[in-house]
Amino acid sequence: MTKKQKKNGTKTKTIKVDYLARVEGEGALYIKSRGNKVTDVKLKIFEPPRFFEALLRGRKFEEAPDITSRICGICPIAYQMSACHAIENACGVTLDGPIRELRRLVYCGEWIESHTLHVYMLHAPDFLRYASVIEMAKDHPKEVERGLQLKKAGNEIMNLIGGREIHPINVCVGGFYKAPTKKDLASLTEKLKWARDAAIETVRWVSNFSFPDFENDYEFVALSHPEEYPFNEGRLLSNKGLDIDAIEYDNHFVEEHVPYTNALHSILKERGGYFVGPMARYSLNYEKLPPLVKDAARAAGLGPVCNNPFKSIVVRSLEIVYACDEALRIIDQYEMPDKSREEIVPRPATGFGCTEAPRGILYHRYKIDDEGTILDAKIVPPTSQNQKTIESDLYHFAEKYLELSQEQLTWQCEQAIRNYDPCISCATHFLNLQIERE
Amino acid sequence: MSKKRKPKLAVWKFASCDGCQLSLLDCEDELLDIATEIEIANFPEASRTVIKGPYDLSLVEGSITTPKDAERIQKIRRSSKFLVTIGACATAGGIQALRNFKDVNEFISIVYASPQYIDALDKSTPISNHIIVDFELRGCPINKGQLIEVISAFLHGRKPNTPPHSVCVECKLHGTVCVMVAHGTPCLGPVTQTGCGAICPAYNRGCYGCFGPKETPNTESLSNCWIHLGVKEDDIVRAFRGFNAYAKPFREESELRDKKTEEKRD
Repeated sequence: MTKKQKKNGTKTKTIKVDYLARVEGEGALYIKSRGNKVTDVKLKIFEPPRFFEALLRGRKFEEAPDITSRICGICPIAYQMSACHAIENACGVTLDGPIRELRRLVYCGEWIESHTLHVYMLHAPDFLRYASVIEMAKDHPKEVERGLQLKKAGNEIMNLIGGREIHPINVCVGGFYKAPTKKDLASLTEKLKWARDAAIETVRWVSNFSFPDFENDYEFVALSHPEEYPFNEGRLLSNKGLDIDAIEYDNHFVEEHVPYTNALHSILKERGGYFVGPMARYSLNYEKLPPLVKDAARAAGLGPVCNNPFKSIVVRSLEIVYACDEALRIIDQYEMPDKSREEIVPRPATGFGCTEAPRGILYHRYKIDDEGTILDAKIVPPTSQNQKTIESDLYHFAEKYLELSQEQLTWQCEQAIRNYDPCISCATHFLNLQIERE
Repeated sequence: MSKKRKPKLAVWKFASCDGCQLSLLDCEDELLDIATEIEIANFPEASRTVIKGPYDLSLVEGSITTPKDAERIQKIRRSSKFLVTIGACATAGGIQALRNFKDVNEFISIVYASPQYIDALDKSTPISNHIIVDFELRGCPINKGQLIEVISAFLHGRKPNTPPHSVCVECKLHGTVCVMVAHGTPCLGPVTQTGCGAICPAYNRGCYGCFGPKETPNTESLSNCWIHLGVKEDDIVRAFRGFNAYAKPFREESELRDKKTEEKRD
């Protein structure tokens, strides 16, 4: 898979991974260096396109949450939430009270499930040098069992509120088809208390991994809400001066055609590449975290800002603690609403929605007519927003560590991609791809 | 299959959302037991290790949408003893098969700035349009209980037990009140295969057909019932054009209703 060659006396090195493992979707990696310089980095996407923005045209506004959830089986709630908020925004409705709380709760379930999948099954094997979680389980049975049960706790929230873990059926524009009773939710409490402890154990476990020395001055972009750690609401903030409403998204972000990859990268018009996901959320919203999570962060040696993407596994674990804790708070304070959904009356308008998917901000925009028919749709998933930063990380990381053995460098470059928990299935429906299979 | 050698499992992905193969990783209580019985030989979403074929059982997720993928599935068939397709994309073309009712070039130009780089077939088709498939497991997404049943059935040389009857039967078994009869909510349950656990009616919602057509579905009769409930023809077209739009009985019913809508317009 890798080769070294001498060309005009200069050493050329190529790193090629034909099929990236332990990411969601189909992608490949290609890095080329000459002497001590990296000359080319390509994160290739060969996942076939599925044309979601096109097939949404002509569908009814109520269908957007179910259709767009099929973009990604790992974060369907994120798609349902961004779709509902964008459609409700078009119709001039903001929901509050128990429906808002239930939306946060089901999102907690998705964060726990998706983050635990990544921490234990996709990312930890990189640090502990295993090809897969199955092999890791032979030497670390206790940890893997804990991870599986923690993931299950997240899925139990999804199951109860959503009806099933993958492509839940209970979310709709205006609320939920059926609201759970207080007793229904109380049945989750014991498991979630265990899960919160298990998540704190997880933070402790991953903080002892060894992390390459690698930091960058990233522009973090995440939602920020005055009172809470963000899921569905807030302004879009960055550490370099961005402060906008989702309505203004298209004025500030643009998709750029990068010639060397033939891929569209989402960039900030003013400053270029940016970083979304757990590390961005954490660094921009640290103050909103409850003491329990801050204590766990401190014990793990993490300050209020984290700039080492290899430590994203620690931040992701901290967000699992937060999601368990927040789920318990919501369950404790929940009162079943009289109506599980508000009737939403369509009007001709364009609506905008941006929510925090496990992997970062997920932007939806819909233009609908007076009957609620979708005329135009735009979806920007987190992985396509991170792609430019992933490539830039690979460029800097490979150059810094060119002296590593070929095998070691390939392994760590793969790991550098997995730092972002990339979901290629999500990114592909919009990426401009070149099918190139070596 | 010798007693000592573990059977080899491979998981393959085509155009899809990853959700059906995720179902295997969602078997939190069973995953490690499954891994002791079988060798996970090719499952890129879960492992860096790739063990060469032939494979005793291949699970195929996703639909065929590119010329390359149409070639790739042939190779996978040749290296698989049993090949099972999992999920609505693999068994019916998935939601991306909505392009089959339109001009694909129009779809490409809506989404992509440089359409010349897109190498897409004009239709999204199920795997069984390309190769012989040993078994089709339905659902958008598949049910993980059914997935475990299929894996264990194939590894023990028996037929999987996945009932072909309608969602209605399952509602009756669960004692769920019929949303169509009691509340007048349009429901695809009478023509949709069970397997999901009849969850939508249990959540006060009509079935939307994730598991595709049941055996011998009477779609026309159901459409007529929906008309009585006040549903418009073009809403019926959309209902059948969901995640299993290209499955024959759903496709034919949507085309019939589409024609009626157009006749009315003329």
